[in-house]
Amino acid sequence: MVTNPSHEAVSAHYGWRDWLSQRVTAVVMALYTLLVFGVVVWHGGLDYSVWKGLFANNAFKLATFLFMIALFFHAWVGVRNIAMDYVKPTGWRLAVQMVVICMLIAYAGWTIQILWGAV
Amino acid sequence: MAVLERRIVKPRPVYLNLLEIRQPLPAIVSILHRISGALLFLVGIPVLLWGVHVSVASPEAFAQWKSVMAQPLWKLVALALAWAYIHHLLAGLRHLALDVHVGVELAPARRSSAIVLVLSLLLTIIVAVRLW
Repeated sequence: MVTNPSHEAVSAHYGWRDWLSQRVTAVVMALYTLLVFGVVVWHGGLDYSVWKGLFANNAFKLATFLFMIALFFHAWVGVRNIAMDYVKPTGWRLAVQMVVICMLIAYAGWTIQILWGAV
Repeated sequence: MAVLERRIVKPRPVYLNLLEIRQPLPAIVSILHRISGALLFLVGIPVLLWGVHVSVASPEAFAQWKSVMAQPLWKLVALALAWAYIHHLLAGLRHLALDVHVGVELAPARRSSAIVLVLSLLLTIIVAVRLW
């Protein structure tokens, strides 16, 4: 076990990239949230034609894709931080992280299927 | 650098009974940020993907999805997720402000955490009124 973590934590700088990506992805998601909120308010609600029209629009598809990828990165950093705090045994933490990675990759596949699938 | 990197280790009193510590407001916002984030990952992402998947398929599927979402249990799920999303978003915006050194003093930090708590609950109530 690491008895003096302060040594590595300062010199490695490995937190910086996660810190920054967490904020960049957050801003992307906040902007997309504003966009969707604006569209819903603009149309005075959501019926099927508006909903379908949105997802037929390629720009909206790409914006949604960007949002989802930002969401998955954001979720990865957040859930990994939670795992680092609460799941102390290394093997269990590794297992949790593997499951989370697999789930997020599967979700990314599902997202592509929804946005550009034949159905 | 070598001097800076070495932390002086002092024996400090440790009292971590979470049920008895009276948490300051920013700490409450912080733990709710974490809890809402976990909730959004565990429940929010699959429900979001499932919802979009079934609702865009056809007008009938959209109507069916709406009737499913009209069930009380699903309304509660939607409401819980709405609170989690709103709280997480507002607490995140507060975080971004703190990152650029806005509101880092004690009084503004307390005030902004109170605003996050109250505003997210108010917006959740608006969502609840629209749901029911």
